[in-house]
Amino acid sequence: MRTKAPFFFLAPYLFLFALFWAWPILYSFYLSFLNTRVYPWHLEPAVNWGRLLQDPFFWVALKNTLFILAVQVPLMLALALLLALALNSALLRLKGFYRFAFFAPVVVGAVAYSAVFRLLFNTEFGAVNALLRALGHPGYDWLYTPGPAMAVIVLALTWRWTGYNAIILLAGLQSIPRELYEAASLDGAGPWHQFWHVTLPGLRPVLVFALVLSIIGTLQLFTEPFLITGGGPGNATMTLGVYLYQQGFRSFNFGYASAIAYTVALLAAGFSFLQMRLWRER
Amino acid sequence: MKRRRFWLSLGLHGLLTPLALLWLAPLWLMLVFSTLPEHEIFRVPTPLLPGGGFFENLASLQADTNFFRALANSLLVSLLYTLGGLLLSALAGYALAVYRFRLQGLVFSLIVATLTIPYFVVLIPQYILVARELKLTNTYWGVVLPFLANALGVFYMRQVFLSLPSSLLDAGRVDGASEGRIFFQIALPMVTPSLAALALILFLNAWNDYLWPLLVLSQKEMYTAPVALGTLIGLTRVSWGGIMVGSVLMTAPFLVLFLLLQRYFVAGITAGAVKE
Repeated sequence: MRTKAPFFFLAPYLFLFALFWAWPILYSFYLSFLNTRVYPWHLEPAVNWGRLLQDPFFWVALKNTLFILAVQVPLMLALALLLALALNSALLRLKGFYRFAFFAPVVVGAVAYSAVFRLLFNTEFGAVNALLRALGHPGYDWLYTPGPAMAVIVLALTWRWTGYNAIILLAGLQSIPRELYEAASLDGAGPWHQFWHVTLPGLRPVLVFALVLSIIGTLQLFTEPFLITGGGPGNATMTLGVYLYQQGFRSFNFGYASAIAYTVALLAAGFSFLQMRLWRER
Repeated sequence: MKRRRFWLSLGLHGLLTPLALLWLAPLWLMLVFSTLPEHEIFRVPTPLLPGGGFFENLASLQADTNFFRALANSLLVSLLYTLGGLLLSALAGYALAVYRFRLQGLVFSLIVATLTIPYFVVLIPQYILVARELKLTNTYWGVVLPFLANALGVFYMRQVFLSLPSSLLDAGRVDGASEGRIFFQIALPMVTPSLAALALILFLNAWNDYLWPLLVLSQKEMYTAPVALGTLIGLTRVSWGGIMVGSVLMTAPFLVLFLLLQRYFVAGITAGAVKE
């Protein structure tokens, strides 16, 4: 059947898509080779990429981002997996309560929970230090010491995103055919054996999905460090996202900010590719 | 065996319950703090029960920033974003699912590819476009326009329409209905639950978005709720009770919605994760 209908159905979407997504992807690549600190902007291929290599702030931001990636993402996904298994278990009652408790952060905005976490980790009056002191520990100057400040970011992210990932993993668990467990059971496989040989392989695509999403999200981390710690103290919680914001929208150096953006994209592509390779079905 | 299950179950509840309470604590304390006067918020040990100061805190929030206006802005922006995004995603997803045309595969691949590309890559050109070329800073359209072309929405709606039996659409054609009528009067009504799931996720994203509105909104009267609240965080002479009221007003409606419509939220979140 020949009809022009699909063209009309797609046209409004494709127009905006081309304008706000397709063209920008190409344009920011081009921008990263422009010197945008002088007007008119002009092509100066090494200016941003060369600066990136020697910019100590960029390297600190990269190091911090990779640290969060290496620590927070595995912690969160392991917790999410345990949670999904528990919520999928026939042994658990009151599932509605547990689901609400762990899934509720999914609807909480970054600004709102950043405000709450700032208050909870207040040095003098915060609930966390109050609890620590009650237990005989002097507490920390959370937001103003490098290590603890990073810990607050990691905890905040874990609070916000564990349930989100557990939702995805739970859907994955529920999509594993029940017959596979029955067959394994008939073959005499215990729960541990079933977990390794039925559950984990069955979850693989969903785990890779969650992992790739988390990696892309973490590489672009902005709101939490921006609002909870301001990237500080010093630059202890400065992330690529916060640095890009500073370069792009405080200094308005669009060329340099684009180079940072493309670094994030390259990292994301690299990590995603690695995941696909590592987890590929054998 | 039964005994063993009982103890295992008890152990599981014993582990999970403290963790669940810990997870609820930030939300509960947010609610409690929003109802307490300043000196009570900072009391040690931390107060655990709400007081009666919600409206005083609301008044100080309103004095610090025009939060009602910000909520109204947020509501309008989120509605535009949701309705626009829903319509465009449904139209495009339908076209990709129901028809066969040239370059179809390429169009779909390009759209899906943007799902894996970090948002930062488009952020600066989008800003140049919206702020400098289209001069849409401090307008509702400036906040909404770039997000109407939502790749996840198209991906999701395509999946939804693929599972629609084509015999129903053909029946419409036999009756002589136009393709547009078939879409609006036959196809769309049949997928309302999926539309609702997508609508919730789009609305939630719009409602909580921070970075983009922060960039394109500089006039206080135009601030969305997250931007307005964000300007207060980190200031010294500002009411913490007020900030907590703002957080509650932004969050509570969604917590209630989540309680009632969890199924739809979950469907929206897992879109793309699990192949049907």
